[in-house]
Amino acid sequence: MTTLTQISNDTTPSGGDRPKPEWRKYFGFSHDHKVIGIQYLVTSFFFYLIGGALAAAVRTELATPASDFVSPELYNSLFTLHGTVMIFLWIVPSTAGFINYLVPLMIGARDMAFPRLNAIAFWMLPPSGLLLMSSFFVGPASAGWTSYPPLSTMGPVAGELIWILSVLLLGTSSILGAINFIVTIWKMRVPQMGWNDMPLFCWASLATGILALVSTPVLAGALILLSFDLVVGTSFFNPTGGGDPIVYQHMFWFYSHPAVYIMILPVFGMISDIIPVHSRKAIFGYRAIAYSSIAICFLGLIVWAHHMFTSGTPPWLRMFFMFATMVIAVPTGIKVFSWVATMWGGKIQLNSAMLFAMGFVSMFVIGGISGVMLAAVPFDIHVHDTYFVVAHFHYVLFGGSVFGLYSGMYHWFPKITGRMLNEKLGKIHFALNFIGFNLTFLPMHKLGLDGMNRRIAEYDPKYATINIICSIGTLLLAVSTVPFLINAVRSWFWGDRAPANPWNGLTLEWSVSSPPPVENFAVDPIPACHPYAYGKPPVSISAPQPEPVST
Amino acid sequence: MTTTTSTHLTTTTIATTEHQHPHPDHRILGLYMFLIAEGMIFVGLFVAYFTFRAVAPGMQGDLPKLELMLPGINTIILVSSSFVMNRGQSAIKKNDTKGLQFWFGLTALMGATFLVGQMYEYFHLEFGLKSSLFASTFYVLTGFHGLHVCFGLILTLGVLWRSRTPEHYSEHSHFGVEAAEIYWHFVDVIWILLFVILYLL
Repeated sequence: MTTLTQISNDTTPSGGDRPKPEWRKYFGFSHDHKVIGIQYLVTSFFFYLIGGALAAAVRTELATPASDFVSPELYNSLFTLHGTVMIFLWIVPSTAGFINYLVPLMIGARDMAFPRLNAIAFWMLPPSGLLLMSSFFVGPASAGWTSYPPLSTMGPVAGELIWILSVLLLGTSSILGAINFIVTIWKMRVPQMGWNDMPLFCWASLATGILALVSTPVLAGALILLSFDLVVGTSFFNPTGGGDPIVYQHMFWFYSHPAVYIMILPVFGMISDIIPVHSRKAIFGYRAIAYSSIAICFLGLIVWAHHMFTSGTPPWLRMFFMFATMVIAVPTGIKVFSWVATMWGGKIQLNSAMLFAMGFVSMFVIGGISGVMLAAVPFDIHVHDTYFVVAHFHYVLFGGSVFGLYSGMYHWFPKITGRMLNEKLGKIHFALNFIGFNLTFLPMHKLGLDGMNRRIAEYDPKYATINIICSIGTLLLAVSTVPFLINAVRSWFWGDRAPANPWNGLTLEWSVSSPPPVENFAVDPIPACHPYAYGKPPVSISAPQPEPVST
Repeated sequence: MTTTTSTHLTTTTIATTEHQHPHPDHRILGLYMFLIAEGMIFVGLFVAYFTFRAVAPGMQGDLPKLELMLPGINTIILVSSSFVMNRGQSAIKKNDTKGLQFWFGLTALMGATFLVGQMYEYFHLEFGLKSSLFASTFYVLTGFHGLHVCFGLILTLGVLWRSRTPEHYSEHSHFGVEAAEIYWHFVDVIWILLFVILYLL
């Protein structure tokens, strides 16, 4: 409380008779984790809309077999920036927004461990996003978000270099964020909260932090070498100069496969916190879910080369990565079964948050199963670089991450803004989103199995019918954003006032007012029960009796 | 709704201590986390180097022989500077600012000598940045490490600058001194690995 009051007093001219308007702190260098969380969420949603517009342009081009909507070069740039924006400027920062906002509240802390570093990490985001968008003026990167050499070193240099700089900045932001998450969860919990009393979202955030901290620097290393190739003309990845492009692929996927878990683990955590609240039932297998996050974190670091089965990877290496990739389905499956078991027999409230959570589980299962299919070397070689892969990762990242993020927004919007969202609009949003998503991406499995390549602007007319269905689905997806935007803006200003605990949750963020006061907790909170003790009698405090020993 | 919520609140939270804590200080732990990330960049680059040596067409056969005399002396200077710097921290733990300034000044001098030595080596090598794949990797790895030495040098000079203010560092409060030293040791360890990998192997 004191710091913020002092700051606003310092900056108000002549004695501070006029306090700074509340909204202005959201555009400044605030140290408050809640303000930074909102900054992350709103900024990343803005980029989600941009990424969505790029996707719409891609699908418009693909509505007909001919290349008639944009030039093929621009088409390449559109899907490149679509991927980059959605990954680096939407999903990763929006999960960072939730982690920033929720983790200190959930563990009873007043702020993150390093508030100023937190603000620095956020403020790297808007410049790098603008930088990336500005590349449209010079001919943007067009080698796909993977930016494989030699393709990436043959296109327009300026656009590619801007892409590299932007991703390096975003990576740095992600590393600084990760340092904060790890130290905060490790050191800032209220003393009464042991590791196994943490909400599952904190476990997931910890695993995310470790992954981002360990893997992002390797991408930075790859991009540094790539920029030397691009600008100076060295030949690290250029086979004609004696280099090896495969090394880039290894370094790139050493980050970018864990990046999938960086994008999905926090959402797993959110879902693990949302489902018990709206099912009014204790989470099934708390420790199994918590430790499987850590297991995914470590396994996630040793599966990257399954993206490279067709890159001349030797067979023994393929077998290792195929096996490791299939093993990672085990901790993921543990989570899915635990969520279903949590819902089983619960008093499920079908509100928007729960609908999106259930949508998440069902869609993610489809993406997970096609993931295991792709892990099998013979199948992967058959469908590599086809629309089957596109369908798979959109089921994981859209059906998974984005549905989960929406679920989190419906669940925590009352806490963050102090206003309730409109349920009717929420359900319309869910219905449109769910139908539009499946209409867009389910037919892509068939396209891929039939042999349609990804990243092409022109295709054989025999694929035309299915492509039209996909493009109609995209239209529906674009429309589905409208009720959400109306809902969010209208509710934020004029919605019903939210009570402190609208869903009767047991985690600590629900124990403070909505929105929470500046320093969260006037006194250190003591969790009176386990965060998932729903529908259970109060914990007995009498000492347990020793069991009779049979002789 | 509000009444049920407030009764619920009393069950989940109990007031214990008055809220008067300063923000807890975890900066050293944060620095270690940062160094893990920094270390991973070097790990990535080292592994890339080994992979190039194993498979890249440009790095098969004999690699250019590197002169060992100058880099050897440089290594000795950099490694001993870590011990010199540690004397600085021991000094400030006894509240001896003069001692801190002496040992940190010596460290800065040794770091600068290392950088000058590396520059000299660069100008007298027979290959340039683009001569071969080995040359490119050599310059990028040593150059990237050199950047870190520069940054460590700036940190050391920063500590020296701040130590002119009396009482700025004391036996109980000297995070800056500690952080600069941890960073310097890190840069040192990376150099030892680099020296072994690039010059000896």
